[in-house]
Amino acid sequence: MTQFLQQLINGLSLGSIYALIALGYTMVYGILKLINFAHGEVFMVGAYTGFYAAGFLGVADFEAQNHSFPLYLALLVLIIAMAAAALLGMTIEFLAYRPVRSAPRLTPLITAIGVSLFLQNAGMLLFSPNPQRYPAILSEVRFAVFGVIVTNIKLTIFAVALCLMFGLHLFVQKTWTGRAMRALSFNIDAAKLMGIDTNQVIRVTFAIGSALAAAGGILFGLDQITINPLMGVLTGLKAFVAAVLGGIGSIPGAVVGGLLIGLAEQLTAGYLSPEYRDAITFLILILILLLKPEGLLGVVRVEKV
Amino acid sequence: MRILRRTLIFGLCAAALVSTISCKKPAADGSATEATEIAIGHYASMTGSTAHFGQDTDRGVRLAIEEANARGGVLGKKLKLVTLDTRGDSAEAANAVNRLIDVEKVSAVLGEVASSLSLAGGRVAQRRKIPMISPTSTNPKVTEVGDYIFRVCFIDPFQGKVMATFARQNLKFDKVAILKDVKNDYSIGLADAFRKSFSALGGTIVVEQSYSQGDTDFSAQVTAIRGTQAQAVFVPGYYSEVGTIARTADRLGLKVPLLGGDGWDSPDLFKIGGDAINGSYFSDHFAPDVATEKSKAFVANFTKKYGQAPTGLGALGYEAALVLIDSIKRAGKNDPAAIRDAIAATKDFEGVTGKITIDAQRNPQKSAVVLKVEGGKAKFETSIAP
Amino acid sequence: MRALIRFGIAALILLAIYGLEFGVEAAFTEYVQRIILLAGINVILAVGLNLINGTTGQFSIGHAGFMAVGAYGAAFVGVKLAPPVHGALGSGPLADAVVFNVALLVGALFAGISGLIVGMPSLRLRGDYLAVVTLGFGEIIRILFNNATFLGSATGYSGDDPSGLPAYTNFFWVFAWATAIVTLIHNLTFSQTGRSLTAIREDEIAAEAMATPTTRLKVTAFAISAATAGVAGGLFAHMQAGVRPEDFRFERSIDMIVMIIVGGLGSISGAILGGIFVAVSLELMRDLQQYRLVLYALLLIVIMIVRPEGLLGTRELHHLLRRKKTAKPATPTESA
Repeated sequence: MTQFLQQLINGLSLGSIYALIALGYTMVYGILKLINFAHGEVFMVGAYTGFYAAGFLGVADFEAQNHSFPLYLALLVLIIAMAAAALLGMTIEFLAYRPVRSAPRLTPLITAIGVSLFLQNAGMLLFSPNPQRYPAILSEVRFAVFGVIVTNIKLTIFAVALCLMFGLHLFVQKTWTGRAMRALSFNIDAAKLMGIDTNQVIRVTFAIGSALAAAGGILFGLDQITINPLMGVLTGLKAFVAAVLGGIGSIPGAVVGGLLIGLAEQLTAGYLSPEYRDAITFLILILILLLKPEGLLGVVRVEKV
Repeated sequence: MRILRRTLIFGLCAAALVSTISCKKPAADGSATEATEIAIGHYASMTGSTAHFGQDTDRGVRLAIEEANARGGVLGKKLKLVTLDTRGDSAEAANAVNRLIDVEKVSAVLGEVASSLSLAGGRVAQRRKIPMISPTSTNPKVTEVGDYIFRVCFIDPFQGKVMATFARQNLKFDKVAILKDVKNDYSIGLADAFRKSFSALGGTIVVEQSYSQGDTDFSAQVTAIRGTQAQAVFVPGYYSEVGTIARTADRLGLKVPLLGGDGWDSPDLFKIGGDAINGSYFSDHFAPDVATEKSKAFVANFTKKYGQAPTGLGALGYEAALVLIDSIKRAGKNDPAAIRDAIAATKDFEGVTGKITIDAQRNPQKSAVVLKVEGGKAKFETSIAP
Repeated sequence: MRALIRFGIAALILLAIYGLEFGVEAAFTEYVQRIILLAGINVILAVGLNLINGTTGQFSIGHAGFMAVGAYGAAFVGVKLAPPVHGALGSGPLADAVVFNVALLVGALFAGISGLIVGMPSLRLRGDYLAVVTLGFGEIIRILFNNATFLGSATGYSGDDPSGLPAYTNFFWVFAWATAIVTLIHNLTFSQTGRSLTAIREDEIAAEAMATPTTRLKVTAFAISAATAGVAGGLFAHMQAGVRPEDFRFERSIDMIVMIIVGGLGSISGAILGGIFVAVSLELMRDLQQYRLVLYALLLIVIMIVRPEGLLGTRELHHLLRRKKTAKPATPTESA
């Protein structure tokens, strides 16, 4: 029983990170009908920015003296990483996606794959392909609850993820830009006719999605102990599956999807075999696309000719 | 007009790409080997996730070659070392050996560290009849490829027995779990050897879990092992994952020592593992803190030249190069077949990792050392002979 | 009569390739020969992938999986078939040829069947979703091989001989098969079926309205494409000492995509050029290995932005020549 609860907790914390990343995918796809393959790499860059920012702010000294990294500095690291990722996201949109926005579906798809590959390999060149230990931006505190080990990092992941998702939900529902985003996801041409600056809204969408992914990246590093330049590949793909599972274009869907994928992965690794942890995600993708392509919380869209 | 512009841009990009590619080509061919040189090839993973292995081995090889050249070379000729990067990929390894033979015209090759790469490269070397000495590949299959393939390190059946004996007799454990890397020939072979020996000595393997090289999340496996009564976990993997595994175990409350093999040997192990890896043990070829005269000189020279102490792999790279140089001398001529015979006849060669006699299976009979991790360093614990 | 002429031409071509083999083996080092063989295998991969991605417009990015199925299938069958065939026919080149080609065909068959299995559910999806699902299947196939103990799991399958799989692959076989497959796909593309496939690419709903059995055609094209990848895999396997799941990662699928994009999505000659380009640049960029994928990625992005139709677009080399001969003014058509 303890083992099951432990796997459950692990799965939920992993799933929360997937949810954070999935939000970026779902928002961009909702508006542009484009799978931003590079989103996983933005997640990776966010994690590395946090890594270098923390190093720059002297985390190594705190570690050596066994003091905990001050909270205000930790928040600073988070903000820096989120800002950097937002910038990266907007740059990718401007340089790679905007020129091909009106092209047939295939072209942006290949471009997205190209950007993803580029960032992965540039990352390997810039950041060294070896795994790096993530600095203790948050010092780890463990509690045992009924034999299950929970760390403060896992609790932070839940808390941060929930706050950010709730914040995003409010933003999309209550603010003007949020409403514009929803309008674009319904019909981008009509929105343009209504006088909405689509370029601006798309920019904001990319920025927000990327910032969330960066937060996920830092949390991932803290929880998974090491980061490496290819960390975004599989994680990004799984987050995309999560977005599809929950219903692409639906924000609560991304959250639900993320948690479910995280759980499925962890339980498969624990009870079936660690070998199949990645395969289960793809299996879920195939099943959901065959059985309920609009996702669990999604809405069926009719394709008009 | 638009088409013209686009075609122009495309053409320019293509031209730029082609020129960058062709620019590199002359350098790639390298300077031709002069008749007054003996060319030796080394293929190793200088980049990629096991870069530390390749780089340290190469440092050892390079040191040996330079020392030999300083003493006047071999058979009146200087030695030329060409190192090619395999990037940890076995297709690359085969390519690299082909290139060393065809383009660099080497008389012999050294390499590789990882057994799967040695197998790939070895098959090429065997077919082309160029002798090969692997410094550190411990999987028995490597030398079974053919009579041109040798090694200067112990093999995994022995290494598994070493750790099993240590666990059973020195640490007095009777229940051990195994966590192996299923993507890695070396790890699977070593796990098999350990399992066989440990059971033969009366111990029980309570559970066997697995992971893949490149994984970062081990919480599922560690949680599963935590639920058993294992007194230790045998983790015959590479340093890149072992550090993280140790931290995960520490975090999830699995407070038993970890046991491992020579794949742990890298400074990154301590960097990533931190405090969590203290109190664990691993078998290796060489203990930097216990030295004979020869090894002391080697460690001093290595540290002076490279600014860091050698790992077991650096020592074995040095060793392999020394054996090869000695064999060329004994062969009396720069001929691959003669060199091969000389290597096979190596007897009681005094190296830095012990005395080397190449047996009929082209492996040496050597002892292993068991190192304990303490305070971020590996310290000699005991030595176990075959 | 016509059939006799065709047969004669085929025999002549095969003879020419056979003759070329001696020339190549004499003139080039083993190192260069390997590159030539890889180029030939790439041609098969590219032309096959082009059938489904280019001509039919269904973007699959997991084809490395089918190559793996073909590779493992051919390797396994080759090893198991060798003893009985050698017993019956002795151990000369005839026996080897029989074993090898049967193995290749069986590997292609397995690959084609897996193409069917993957294609049937996936081809109901469009665009981005199809791409991700094929990627997923490619990974699943690789993971399955990674865990198949009777095929050596992660360490790979290298037969029963410690020196690895028999090195059947040589210039003749690679280019004989390449010629055969290119001819096959060319004839298919310029037939009525091929036109229907192009129609599916241009506007699937309109094609369906014109009573084209879109799903059946898509799945068939997918299966054929998978089978050709299987042949390439089988040829590739017998150039290596063994087959490993590592050889068929996503990067391999990316290489295949670069091949057809560079040459022009939908052009067979383009695919051939692209295949050769990737094999050659792989070796020329040996010293820039770390930068190779970065450059490929940039190449993809730049091509998509600047010249999405690649080198030849959907045209063929012989069409370009034909146009020059009739001196018709070429009307520039803008891609949408």
